[in-house]
Amino acid sequence: MPDLLHFEFMRNALLAAILSSVACGIIGTYVVVRKIGFISGGIAHTAFGGIGLGYYLGLNPLAGIIPFGLAAAIGIGLLSRKAKISEDTAIGAFWAAGMSIGVILIGLTPGYAPNLFSYLFGNILTVPSSDLTLILGLDCLIVLMVWLFDKEFLAISFDEEYARISGLKTLALDLCMLCLIALTVVIMVRVVGIVMVIALLTIPAAVARSSSRSLHGMMLFGTLFSTLFSISGLWLSWVFDLASGATIILVASLVFLFTTLLNYRGTSNSSC
Amino acid sequence: MSEPVIVCDRLCVEIGGARILHGLSLSVYEADFLAVLGPNGGGKTTLLKVILGLMKPTSGTVSVFGEAPGHAKGRIGYVPQSLVFDRSFPISALELVLMGRLARKRLMQRYGKEDRQKALEALEITGLAAFAGRRIGTLSGGELQRVLIARALAGEPDLLLLDEPTASVDPDMKTTIYDLLDELRKHHTIVLVTHDTGTIGRHVSRIACLNCTLDMHEAGSTLDRASLEQLYGHPVDVVRHRDPAGMATSKHYDHA
Repeated sequence: MPDLLHFEFMRNALLAAILSSVACGIIGTYVVVRKIGFISGGIAHTAFGGIGLGYYLGLNPLAGIIPFGLAAAIGIGLLSRKAKISEDTAIGAFWAAGMSIGVILIGLTPGYAPNLFSYLFGNILTVPSSDLTLILGLDCLIVLMVWLFDKEFLAISFDEEYARISGLKTLALDLCMLCLIALTVVIMVRVVGIVMVIALLTIPAAVARSSSRSLHGMMLFGTLFSTLFSISGLWLSWVFDLASGATIILVASLVFLFTTLLNYRGTSNSSC
Repeated sequence: MSEPVIVCDRLCVEIGGARILHGLSLSVYEADFLAVLGPNGGGKTTLLKVILGLMKPTSGTVSVFGEAPGHAKGRIGYVPQSLVFDRSFPISALELVLMGRLARKRLMQRYGKEDRQKALEALEITGLAAFAGRRIGTLSGGELQRVLIARALAGEPDLLLLDEPTASVDPDMKTTIYDLLDELRKHHTIVLVTHDTGTIGRHVSRIACLNCTLDMHEAGSTLDRASLEQLYGHPVDVVRHRDPAGMATSKHYDHA
């Protein structure tokens, strides 16, 4: 592996894997303990509209995802929590609408859409340095927000009702958290693509849960697991010449399956 | 007589067209230990939620410490049912109890030494000092229930509101929780919602019966005072459900 680091694209890929894992471990922890994986999937897929917008306007598609993702987070959040619509209906509507906007905008853009596949399924080997700067910036923003709202986010995650009684603006905090999920999606698009973001938002944190005593521990372990999955997936995809995003997800899924079975055996033994 | 802590005046709550509470008037005074009894769906939890400001009444008024509900944060310690929590959540007993300090902190302000001190004291009072570092998944139902009581105490409240604190615990632990409440009533006003009719009479100062479902709101549909007093051997406060026409004249029923 060290000789691979002579290539700039490989160095960028490694950096992208590590930087994206920070966001994944931290935000994924909230996604898992609050059981809002489906919302996160909805935000990710709605953000595809942003990629279409980026193509249509001739901008960096990543820049298009940010406003689209944030709008999706706030839209889904408000619709499912304020309007009398069930949450999964709101998510489903946004999910499909975002994808449709993306498809239409890409269709309207003259010529062939290059790299479209890599936004859908990720290609960690083509992350340009400019995107790394963006990812680093978003990482810093996420860490800062989580550090500032540490006790508030814990309170709304564990017991939203109590948080409200204690005088917290739970809706605003909730929307803020959904926006952080949207930003994490932006970071992950380069690594595993829109379609598979949800796997890295949930699996590393879920694997970390059983070995963590606190939310902070879960974030740390989640980050480590995510880094492990990304780098080993990257390496395997290089060795066997496979699609990098899909390989990363497959590694994560296999580890998840394995640890789940291990935990299951552990509990069934102890109950005997 | 001191100022009442909670005053409900002809309180009506409807959810989706169904009447949950109808014409309920009730006063709770300082140092009261009031048990609200009633069947499931009788509106007990709804009453707590209205007092906490989580739900708005359809008509009628509620005041808590002389203000509208939701404005007395920090003076109310709420103890929800332990059953509703996700036991696999990675949080220690101490972290959970620290949440009780939330109302006393500003946004983005971190918990400090004093908060930790109060949280540990609250765990001490509930007999769980040794469990501070334990993950809540490793606690029994009764222990978790006491951690939730500790969380309410950590906020140094004047009024404690408990929702079915003995619903998910074994008989031994039930006694422990009631003994704890006997101790707490010396310094706190307590309102307890339960359907644990067996033991409650020996501990509380007043009992209110609540059953305000749609078909039960006509006059005289609940247990009358005499039969409840006989049942519990205690002075009993009956929350009656009158027909709307009778409501105006019965405004001061509970104040007598």
